[in-house]
Amino acid sequence: MNLLEAPMRLAQKHLRGGRIGWVFVTPNLSVFGLFTFLPIVIDLIYAVTGGNQLFPAQRPYVGTANFQALLACRNYLDPNTCTRDLFWHGIYNTAEFVVLQVGFMVGLSLATALALNRPGRARGFFRAVFFYPVLLSPVVVALIWKWVLQRYGVLNAGLGALGLAPHDWLLNSSTAFFWSVFVSIWAHMGFYTLILLAGLQAIPRDVYEAAAMDATPPWRRFRRVTLPLLMPSLLVVLVLALIRAVQIFDEVYVLTGGGPGTSTTFLVQFIYQTGFAQQVREYGMAAAASLLLAAVLMALTVLQLRVTRPRK
Amino acid sequence: MRSVLSGILLATAAAAWALPGAAHAATRDIRVQCYSDGNECPVTRDLATAFMKSHPDIKVTIDEVPYSAILQSLPVQLAAGKGPDIARVTLFGNYSQYFLDLRPYLKDAKFWETAFGPTLDWMRKGPADHGIYGLMTQLTVTAPLVDKTLFEQAKVPLPGPKATWDDWAKAVAKVAKATGTPAGMAWDRSGHRFAGPAISYGARYFDAKGNPAVVDAGFKAMAQRFYHWNLDGTVLKSTWAGQATGYKDAFNEFANGKIVMYYSGSWQLNRLLKLGNAFDWVIAANPCGPAACSGMPGGAAFVAFKETKHPHAVAAFLDFLAQPANYRTFAERTNNIPAELPLQKQALNYTMPAAGKAALAALLHDAATLSPIAYHLQGYRFAGAIFGATADRIGQAIAGSMTLDQAYQRITQDIATALATAKK
Repeated sequence: MNLLEAPMRLAQKHLRGGRIGWVFVTPNLSVFGLFTFLPIVIDLIYAVTGGNQLFPAQRPYVGTANFQALLACRNYLDPNTCTRDLFWHGIYNTAEFVVLQVGFMVGLSLATALALNRPGRARGFFRAVFFYPVLLSPVVVALIWKWVLQRYGVLNAGLGALGLAPHDWLLNSSTAFFWSVFVSIWAHMGFYTLILLAGLQAIPRDVYEAAAMDATPPWRRFRRVTLPLLMPSLLVVLVLALIRAVQIFDEVYVLTGGGPGTSTTFLVQFIYQTGFAQQVREYGMAAAASLLLAAVLMALTVLQLRVTRPRK
Repeated sequence: MRSVLSGILLATAAAAWALPGAAHAATRDIRVQCYSDGNECPVTRDLATAFMKSHPDIKVTIDEVPYSAILQSLPVQLAAGKGPDIARVTLFGNYSQYFLDLRPYLKDAKFWETAFGPTLDWMRKGPADHGIYGLMTQLTVTAPLVDKTLFEQAKVPLPGPKATWDDWAKAVAKVAKATGTPAGMAWDRSGHRFAGPAISYGARYFDAKGNPAVVDAGFKAMAQRFYHWNLDGTVLKSTWAGQATGYKDAFNEFANGKIVMYYSGSWQLNRLLKLGNAFDWVIAANPCGPAACSGMPGGAAFVAFKETKHPHAVAAFLDFLAQPANYRTFAERTNNIPAELPLQKQALNYTMPAAGKAALAALLHDAATLSPIAYHLQGYRFAGAIFGATADRIGQAIAGSMTLDQAYQRITQDIATALATAKK
């Protein structure tokens, strides 16, 4: 008789039907409620209140004023015409970042996984090489690359040794954005490569043997065999990368500080800045922006659940 | 007899057990959250040790934290009622709603009024407020730090004490070109640093009623200059344009010979002294404009918070630090300009080389030329909102994210939004 047997027998005796299931999920529900649902409710309270007081009871109710201020624009294509221009700069930059980063991330992860899946020497070594950046803290990643990319950094020193002119990589809008995308891919690609590699290794060998017997060319074999069978893993990677890209903040904030100007200011930086880094902290505005971000993330999560649902 | 002896032994044992407990219960713990520009926290810790010897019932713990924690974490701690008893802070408006009025707990409030009169106002909420909220540990003043060696190499004379910002811009650009230095000057990315030059060019920051009216002709005159200096390379562009928001200094650029002049302030003196003989540097007089030759005052203060459980102990510790002998020790060991008025008139025995002493003399001169507008702006409760909007929006204009005219509109709007939020 183990420790749990007696209380479980008691629960079974008094809770009939499906109600015993609640006993099993209660611990998880408590943690989830405390650390996920409760913060969402608190966030909602902040989003509909104003002022700069921290305690909800001291904050005046303002209804949807925070959302209205965030969404007020004369021309939605020009953030500078919006009441909260930095919010819209954040949205546009985040959208551009998501498209570029996720596109290249999934493509490069797939190419790397295919390369690492081939039999060859030092395969384990190269798998480790691609995975190690995932183990680094985002701040460390950003500091390493800042050291490389700054005006008097390693990259410009290398260019100088080759007789080429140095460049302010982080002071030009285009190059700063490019390096933000690049550094983010470098830091996270190993994780997605690992998922795809597992997916590749789960594909049965006999399918490839059948394709080989039919003398299927490599490209056709990839399109007709590998890609369809890898699709579930690929979709997981795509949706996880999308969610992570929408939440981008830490690495880029340390690398560029959101600059030059607002060219690498993303949505989460706007939330942080508005809620925690101004002299007059606008908790309500930050909460409203974070709810809008949560809506986007929820849509992506629903998408993930739909695409990963087993088909009949 | 046996029972009497047992009784005595029992009572003795009980007393021995109870006494340390009673002593412990009587000890009042106060925590001081402190940041250092140089060695301010270690010196405060030494003074706290001396204080505890004379006040064995009070235990003072100095928690040294980075300046960013004072700016970002402390307001949240205070709002949550979990702050320290005392903290060393700069932008007083950020914390003023949590200040403890020390006046009822001080033995001699009049001494504080006499010794610290002008700076006590900076911590007050308005003209009707007569509270004493903290001890100004030092005065700071913004000023140009100049690489004299580069000037000598370029054979360009240093601009004189009445030189304008335009004269300085020409001179440092000339030196930079002659010596192959990447840029003529850099200013800390801070609206506080920008304010002195703007006031010198006629910015008034407030209207006749005392309300913020930041963007005026004087402000624009300096903003346009600064904007163009950034674009033509006279000013190192990366400091202001390199990030979207927040503070950034350019000390490393100055220390590494990447700029000829660095507009920062007296708090850099200890870092300058640590450079040793790498190059010759001087602190120059604040450049002039048509309206003034002003920098900005500032400084740090130990302020008390009303959530403290031991207001008498907090007041006693700050009163101890304020006593002339202790205050002198702090100023001399930290190489700071004292805020205590009688001490300002005395010769302090600073332990620093000749260059440092000359720099302090220059800084005292700079402090004497500060405009009254600069003092008023520094004491304004929401000065942080003005400084933040100035640095962020002008920085964004320099980076090309918006035009300078759009930046002016945004500065006005950002300040109005901050004030409206604070009033709700």
